[in-house]
Amino acid sequence: MAKLETYKKTVGASTENLSDIRDFVASHAQKYGFDDNIVADIRLAVDEACTNIIKHAYSNDPKENLEITIEVDDEKFMIYLVDRGDGFDVKTYQKPDLKKQIEQKKRGGMGVHLMLNLMDEVTYQVKNNMNVLCMSKNRN
Amino acid sequence: MKTFNISHRTKSGLEVLDLQGELDAHTASQLEDALKNLIHNNKSNIIVNFQELDYIASAGLGVFMAYIEDVRSNGGDIKLTNMNDKVYNVFDLLGFPTLYDIMQDEMQAIEKFLEEEG
Repeated sequence: MAKLETYKKTVGASTENLSDIRDFVASHAQKYGFDDNIVADIRLAVDEACTNIIKHAYSNDPKENLEITIEVDDEKFMIYLVDRGDGFDVKTYQKPDLKKQIEQKKRGGMGVHLMLNLMDEVTYQVKNNMNVLCMSKNRN
Repeated sequence: MKTFNISHRTKSGLEVLDLQGELDAHTASQLEDALKNLIHNNKSNIIVNFQELDYIASAGLGVFMAYIEDVRSNGGDIKLTNMNDKVYNVFDLLGFPTLYDIMQDEMQAIEKFLEEEG
Protein backbone atom coordinates (compact mmCIF):
# COMPACT_ATOMS: atom_id res chain seq x y z
CA MET A 1 0.00 0.00 0.00
CA ALA A 2 1.21 3.51 -0.83
CA LYS A 3 2.63 5.46 2.05
CA LEU A 4 0.27 8.18 3.25
CA GLU A 5 1.34 11.10 5.38
CA THR A 6 -1.16 13.29 7.18
CA TYR A 7 -0.93 16.77 8.70
CA LYS A 8 -3.70 18.61 10.50
CA LYS A 9 -4.35 22.16 11.66
CA THR A 10 -7.43 23.53 13.41
CA VAL A 11 -8.15 27.24 13.69
CA GLY A 12 -11.11 29.41 14.67
CA ALA A 13 -13.35 30.39 11.75
CA SER A 14 -12.04 33.95 11.46
CA THR A 15 -10.41 35.64 8.48
CA GLU A 16 -7.56 36.74 10.75
CA ASN A 17 -6.36 33.11 10.66
CA LEU A 18 -6.16 32.96 6.86
CA SER A 19 -2.47 33.85 6.72
CA ASP A 20 -1.61 31.08 9.22
CA ILE A 21 -3.60 28.59 7.14
CA ARG A 22 -1.80 29.72 3.96
CA ASP A 23 1.60 29.36 5.60
CA PHE A 24 0.75 25.92 7.01
CA VAL A 25 -0.27 24.57 3.61
CA ALA A 26 2.53 26.31 1.69
CA SER A 27 5.27 25.05 4.01
CA HIS A 28 4.15 21.45 3.54
CA ALA A 29 3.80 21.89 -0.24
CA GLN A 30 7.35 23.25 -0.35
CA LYS A 31 8.62 20.32 1.69
CA TYR A 32 7.23 17.92 -0.91
CA GLY A 33 9.21 19.66 -3.66
CA PHE A 34 6.58 21.69 -5.52
CA ASP A 35 8.08 24.69 -7.29
CA ASP A 36 7.26 28.24 -6.20
CA ASN A 37 4.49 28.73 -8.76
CA ILE A 38 2.65 25.58 -7.71
CA VAL A 39 3.09 26.45 -4.04
CA ALA A 40 1.52 29.86 -4.82
CA ASP A 41 -1.41 28.13 -6.58
CA ILE A 42 -2.03 25.85 -3.59
CA ARG A 43 -1.71 28.77 -1.15
CA LEU A 44 -4.34 30.81 -3.03
CA ALA A 45 -6.76 27.92 -3.65
CA VAL A 46 -6.78 27.02 0.06
CA ASP A 47 -7.21 30.69 1.05
CA GLU A 48 -10.23 31.00 -1.27
CA ALA A 49 -11.83 27.79 0.01
CA CYS A 50 -11.30 28.74 3.66
CA THR A 51 -12.58 32.29 3.05
CA ASN A 52 -15.80 30.83 1.62
CA ILE A 53 -16.24 28.51 4.60
CA ILE A 54 -15.49 31.24 7.16
CA LYS A 55 -17.83 33.74 5.52
CA HIS A 56 -20.65 31.61 4.18
CA ALA A 57 -20.73 28.40 6.25
CA TYR A 58 -19.78 29.93 9.62
CA SER A 59 -20.71 33.62 9.17
CA ASN A 60 -17.36 34.76 10.64
CA ASP A 61 -18.03 33.04 13.98
CA PRO A 62 -14.56 32.44 15.52
CA LYS A 63 -16.07 29.95 18.01
CA GLU A 64 -16.55 27.58 15.09
CA ASN A 65 -13.54 25.48 14.17
CA LEU A 66 -12.09 25.11 10.72
CA GLU A 67 -10.06 21.95 10.25
CA ILE A 68 -7.50 21.66 7.49
CA THR A 69 -6.10 18.22 6.73
CA ILE A 70 -3.28 17.55 4.29
CA GLU A 71 -2.77 14.03 2.98
CA VAL A 72 0.16 13.17 0.79
CA ASP A 73 0.73 9.90 -1.05
CA ASP A 74 3.09 9.02 -3.88
CA GLU A 75 0.84 10.59 -6.47
CA LYS A 76 -1.04 13.46 -4.90
CA PHE A 77 -0.91 16.31 -2.41
CA MET A 78 -4.48 16.59 -1.09
CA ILE A 79 -6.10 19.21 1.12
CA TYR A 80 -9.36 18.35 2.89
CA LEU A 81 -11.62 21.01 4.38
CA VAL A 82 -14.63 19.95 6.41
CA ASP A 83 -17.45 22.18 7.60
CA ARG A 84 -20.94 21.85 9.01
CA GLY A 85 -22.39 24.92 7.35
CA ASP A 86 -24.75 25.32 4.41
CA GLY A 87 -23.49 23.18 1.59
CA PHE A 88 -22.14 24.40 -1.69
CA ASP A 89 -21.82 22.24 -4.77
CA VAL A 90 -18.90 23.14 -7.04
CA LYS A 91 -20.56 21.17 -9.85
CA THR A 92 -23.45 23.63 -10.12
CA TYR A 93 -21.05 26.56 -10.15
CA GLN A 94 -20.87 28.85 -13.18
CA LYS A 95 -18.06 31.16 -14.13
CA PRO A 96 -18.78 34.72 -13.00
CA ASP A 97 -19.34 37.39 -15.66
CA LEU A 98 -16.87 40.07 -14.58
CA LYS A 99 -18.24 42.80 -16.86
CA LYS A 100 -21.78 42.31 -15.59
CA GLN A 101 -20.66 42.18 -11.96
CA ILE A 102 -18.72 45.43 -12.31
CA GLU A 103 -21.76 47.14 -13.83
CA GLN A 104 -23.86 45.92 -10.93
CA LYS A 105 -21.11 46.74 -8.38
CA LYS A 106 -21.21 43.14 -7.23
CA ARG A 107 -18.25 41.23 -5.96
CA GLY A 108 -17.72 37.63 -5.00
CA GLY A 109 -18.15 34.33 -6.76
CA MET A 110 -14.52 34.46 -7.85
CA GLY A 111 -13.06 32.09 -5.28
CA VAL A 112 -14.46 28.88 -6.70
CA HIS A 113 -13.37 29.88 -10.20
CA LEU A 114 -9.82 30.28 -8.88
CA MET A 115 -9.90 26.98 -6.96
CA LEU A 116 -11.01 25.09 -10.09
CA ASN A 117 -8.30 26.76 -12.17
CA LEU A 118 -5.44 26.47 -9.72
CA MET A 119 -5.84 22.86 -8.57
CA ASP A 120 -5.69 19.63 -10.59
CA GLU A 121 -8.82 18.25 -8.97
CA VAL A 122 -11.57 19.70 -6.78
CA THR A 123 -14.28 17.44 -5.37
CA TYR A 124 -17.11 18.11 -3.00
CA GLN A 125 -19.12 15.59 -1.02
CA VAL A 126 -21.64 15.58 1.80
CA LYS A 127 -20.76 12.95 4.41
CA ASN A 128 -22.62 12.56 7.73
CA ASN A 129 -24.10 16.05 7.35
CA MET A 130 -20.63 17.49 6.85
CA ASN A 131 -19.40 19.19 3.70
CA VAL A 132 -16.09 17.75 2.60
CA LEU A 133 -14.08 19.68 0.03
CA CYS A 134 -10.99 17.99 -1.35
CA MET A 135 -8.49 19.80 -3.55
CA SER A 136 -5.44 18.09 -4.95
CA LYS A 137 -2.28 18.67 -6.93
CA ASN A 138 -0.52 15.85 -8.75
CA ARG A 139 3.04 15.31 -7.56
CA ASN A 140 4.45 14.36 -10.96
CA MET B 1 -1.04 37.24 11.25
CA LYS B 2 0.68 38.88 8.29
CA THR B 3 0.73 42.59 7.83
CA PHE B 4 -0.90 44.64 5.15
CA ASN B 5 -0.23 48.33 4.84
CA ILE B 6 -1.63 50.98 2.60
CA SER B 7 -0.33 54.49 2.19
CA HIS B 8 -1.53 57.46 0.18
CA ARG B 9 0.45 60.09 -1.74
CA THR B 10 -0.22 62.44 -4.64
CA LYS B 11 1.87 62.58 -7.78
CA SER B 12 1.32 64.88 -10.78
CA GLY B 13 -2.06 65.75 -9.28
CA LEU B 14 -3.12 62.09 -9.15
CA GLU B 15 -3.91 60.00 -6.09
CA VAL B 16 -1.57 57.06 -5.54
CA LEU B 17 -2.24 54.22 -3.11
CA ASP B 18 0.81 52.08 -2.30
CA LEU B 19 -0.02 48.55 -1.17
CA GLN B 20 2.35 46.45 0.89
CA GLY B 21 2.16 42.92 2.29
CA GLU B 22 -0.68 40.44 1.86
CA LEU B 23 -4.18 41.40 0.73
CA ASP B 24 -6.82 38.81 1.64
CA ALA B 25 -10.38 38.64 3.01
CA HIS B 26 -9.10 39.93 6.35
CA THR B 27 -7.13 42.92 5.09
CA ALA B 28 -9.34 43.91 2.11
CA SER B 29 -11.41 46.23 4.33
CA GLN B 30 -8.39 48.53 4.70
CA LEU B 31 -8.18 48.94 0.93
CA GLU B 32 -11.93 49.44 0.78
CA ASP B 33 -11.76 52.22 3.39
CA ALA B 34 -8.92 53.96 1.54
CA LEU B 35 -10.80 53.88 -1.79
CA LYS B 36 -14.07 54.98 -0.22
CA ASN B 37 -12.25 57.87 1.42
CA LEU B 38 -10.84 59.06 -1.91
CA ILE B 39 -14.21 58.74 -3.67
CA HIS B 40 -15.92 60.56 -0.80
CA ASN B 41 -13.48 63.44 -1.30
CA ASN B 42 -14.25 63.52 -5.05
CA LYS B 43 -10.85 62.14 -5.96
CA SER B 44 -11.35 59.96 -8.99
CA ASN B 45 -7.99 59.72 -10.77
CA ILE B 46 -6.47 56.91 -8.76
CA ILE B 47 -3.37 54.80 -9.24
CA VAL B 48 -2.87 51.71 -7.10
CA ASN B 49 0.78 50.69 -6.96
CA PHE B 50 1.33 46.97 -6.17
CA GLN B 51 5.14 47.13 -6.05
CA GLU B 52 5.38 45.93 -2.42
CA LEU B 53 2.33 43.64 -2.49
CA ASP B 54 3.39 40.00 -2.12
CA TYR B 55 0.01 38.27 -2.29
CA ILE B 56 -3.59 38.87 -3.30
CA ALA B 57 -6.77 36.78 -2.91
CA SER B 58 -10.07 37.38 -4.71
CA ALA B 59 -11.42 39.45 -1.80
CA GLY B 60 -8.80 42.06 -2.75
CA LEU B 61 -9.91 42.04 -6.39
CA GLY B 62 -13.50 42.32 -5.21
CA VAL B 63 -12.78 45.79 -3.83
CA PHE B 64 -11.79 47.00 -7.30
CA MET B 65 -14.93 45.40 -8.76
CA ALA B 66 -17.15 47.21 -6.28
CA TYR B 67 -15.81 50.75 -6.81
CA ILE B 68 -14.60 51.04 -10.41
CA GLU B 69 -18.04 52.09 -11.70
CA ASP B 70 -18.33 54.90 -9.13
CA VAL B 71 -14.92 56.25 -10.11
CA ARG B 72 -15.53 55.97 -13.86
CA SER B 73 -18.95 57.62 -13.61
CA ASN B 74 -17.15 60.58 -11.99
CA GLY B 75 -14.94 60.79 -15.09
CA GLY B 76 -11.96 59.10 -13.46
CA ASP B 77 -10.39 55.67 -13.37
CA ILE B 78 -8.47 53.28 -11.15
CA LYS B 79 -5.27 52.15 -12.84
CA LEU B 80 -3.24 49.30 -11.39
CA THR B 81 0.56 49.21 -11.65
CA ASN B 82 3.80 47.39 -10.74
CA MET B 83 2.34 43.96 -10.00
CA ASN B 84 4.64 40.98 -9.53
CA ASP B 85 3.94 37.97 -11.78
CA LYS B 86 2.02 35.99 -9.16
CA VAL B 87 -0.28 38.88 -8.31
CA TYR B 88 -0.84 39.67 -12.02
CA ASN B 89 -1.70 36.02 -12.65
CA VAL B 90 -4.67 36.24 -10.28
CA PHE B 91 -6.04 39.32 -12.07
CA ASP B 92 -5.46 37.55 -15.38
CA LEU B 93 -7.26 34.34 -14.32
CA LEU B 94 -10.32 36.40 -13.42
CA GLY B 95 -10.36 38.36 -16.68
CA PHE B 96 -9.39 41.79 -15.33
CA PRO B 97 -6.90 42.83 -18.06
CA THR B 98 -9.67 43.46 -20.61
CA LEU B 99 -11.65 45.69 -18.24
CA TYR B 100 -8.95 47.48 -16.22
CA ASP B 101 -5.77 49.34 -17.15
CA ILE B 102 -3.00 47.24 -15.63
CA MET B 103 0.41 48.76 -16.30
CA GLN B 104 3.96 47.62 -15.63
CA ASP B 105 5.04 50.95 -14.27
CA GLU B 106 3.43 53.82 -12.39
CA MET B 107 4.82 56.33 -14.93
CA GLN B 108 2.80 54.68 -17.73
CA ALA B 109 -0.38 55.13 -15.69
CA ILE B 110 0.42 58.80 -15.09
CA GLU B 111 0.99 59.34 -18.83
CA LYS B 112 -2.29 57.57 -19.68
CA PHE B 113 -4.21 59.76 -17.23
CA LEU B 114 -2.63 62.90 -18.72
CA GLU B 115 -3.52 61.72 -22.26
CA GLU B 116 -7.10 61.00 -21.21
CA GLU B 117 -7.41 64.45 -19.65
CA GLY B 118 -5.84 66.19 -22.66
